[in-house]
Amino acid sequence: MSKQHIRATVNGDAVDFLCEPTTSLLNALRDELRLTGSKEGCGSGDCGACSVMLDDKLVCSCLVLAPEIDGRRVETIEGLAQDGQLHPLQRKFLEHGALQCGFCTPGVLVAAKALLERNVDPTEEETRYWLAGNLCRCTGYDKIIRAVLDTAAELRQERLPA
Amino acid sequence: MKPFTYERAKTPAEAAAAVARQPGAKFLAGGTNLLDLMKLEIETPRHLVDVQDLKLDRIEPTTDGGLRIGALVTNTALAADTRVRRDYGVLTRAIVAGASGQLRNKATTAGNLLQRTRCPYFYDPNMPCNKRKPGSGCAAIGGYSRQLAVIGSSDQCIATYPGDMAVAMRVLDATVETVKADGTTRAIPIADFHRLPGDKPHLDNNLEAGELITAVTVPRPLGGTHHYEKVRDRASYAFALVSVAAVIQKDGSGRAAFGGVAHKPWRVEAADALMTQGAAAVTARAFANARPTEDNAFKIPLATRALAATIAEGKSA
Ligand SMILES: Cc1cc2nc3c(=O)[nH]c(=O)nc-3n(C[C@H](O)[C@H](O)[C@H](O)COP(=O)(O)OP(=O)(O)OC[C@H]3O[C@@H](n4cnc5c(N)ncnc54)[C@H](O)[C@@H]3O)c2cc1C
Ligand code: SF4
Ligand code: FES
Ligand code: FES
Repeated sequence: MSKQHIRATVNGDAVDFLCEPTTSLLNALRDELRLTGSKEGCGSGDCGACSVMLDDKLVCSCLVLAPEIDGRRVETIEGLAQDGQLHPLQRKFLEHGALQCGFCTPGVLVAAKALLERNVDPTEEETRYWLAGNLCRCTGYDKIIRAVLDTAAELRQERLPA
Repeated sequence: MKPFTYERAKTPAEAAAAVARQPGAKFLAGGTNLLDLMKLEIETPRHLVDVQDLKLDRIEPTTDGGLRIGALVTNTALAADTRVRRDYGVLTRAIVAGASGQLRNKATTAGNLLQRTRCPYFYDPNMPCNKRKPGSGCAAIGGYSRQLAVIGSSDQCIATYPGDMAVAMRVLDATVETVKADGTTRAIPIADFHRLPGDKPHLDNNLEAGELITAVTVPRPLGGTHHYEKVRDRASYAFALVSVAAVIQKDGSGRAAFGGVAHKPWRVEAADALMTQGAAAVTARAFANARPTEDNAFKIPLATRALAATIAEGKSA
């Protein structure tokens, strides 16, 4: 089987690799690019642990083929912290203890960032509905929701004119 | 996954020709159903023609006052479109009742219509299933059939069509537009698009090999209030046991299509005519020839109650 040549932008960097057409985007990220933050919980679209942004759309990378990203832009959990500074969501997740085993956390953070970029003042209901595709077996969700709403409040505060 | 080759098509005609030319080729749209089934080796295409670069992602008005929805419009974009929300609310409600944000962002209008059944035996390669392997038998008949069809089934398959969006498309009398490999086009009324299993349960719909869906059109708005009531085992993120898509007018008349009950979205126009007499009259007519199993007979009274709820919602709107 001939390998496919993929050129894409991942977290702002140009990347270039060869893979079998059967490779999922998730496996390409983890095995070819060594970006192991995105996790495989189910491999079938149910859990959201593999959530990434593909051309500004939140998707499950386990149900994307690596060849589909040729010429496209991908952002992963590794792109959240900038210059050694945690993203406000990451900071709030630590403050609120919004994780236990942490397996779902990369996907939840990527999904929550996508929400706050669209809407910096989501209601609790909107936040819960937005994150419905991210399953967590540990936290019972409440601390995750508090952390996201608290981040949103902080981001709104920062945007107020001084 | 079984190995396959991959190409990206540039035009609809090229895509249709590429699939028709190569035995075992399939279109790849959002991939949220096809890739899942390929991982399980229930689908084993030898070649994939990725159609996501075809410029079929626009929603445009039609000359008769309706909308033409490109085959590649994502479920998210369709549900969020202001014209759809205003004039075809049943469509928005049906879409947001299904899957998750991540999946709706990738899933397309055509792919959604073509999603395959969720019959548990179809998913289990160790079990006989006429849909997966023609002639192997049907493990669901006499097996666990709680989720499966109550009407229109055959002695070879009792699977249901699992989707939500298509049930709303059925109540709106949508039309599926296609192009074939030889370049000819056709328009298939949604009522004739999905098929009943009969003695060919491996065929879900009436598309020909290599026939590409280019758009789905909906006729001019119906007015009235729009409802989608989905009953499932948990409150979010599950397939329907029973769903009802309904458009109810001020005078109490209206129309309803049911999901989760048959191999296709289920609507009986003669039953719609009884809407002013109430939900029980409608479902008595719509499910007159039902053949439920012991496990799923509850779906018929459930359909009546779900419709009654939408009628009540319509009255209070
Ligand atoms: C975890 C999970 C939960 C879900 N929950 C729900 C739910 O509650 N309700 C619901 O309705 N759905 C649900 N779905 C199903 C989802 O809606 C479908 O997977 C999706 O709509 C399929 O669209 P797609 O573009 O990804 O199709 P694909 O997977 O790309 O394609 C599906 C089929 O259509 C064919 N195809 C695609 N485009 C065309 C075209 N233009 N012309 C001809 N053939 C074409 C492909 O060859 C393939 O056979 C769920 C899915 C998952 C994974
Ligand atoms: S009901 Fe249809 S899909 Fe399910 S096992 Fe029987 S043949 Fe297969
Ligand atoms: S690993 Fe992709 S959704 Fe679970
Ligand atoms: S913290 Fe363990 S799954 Fe969410």
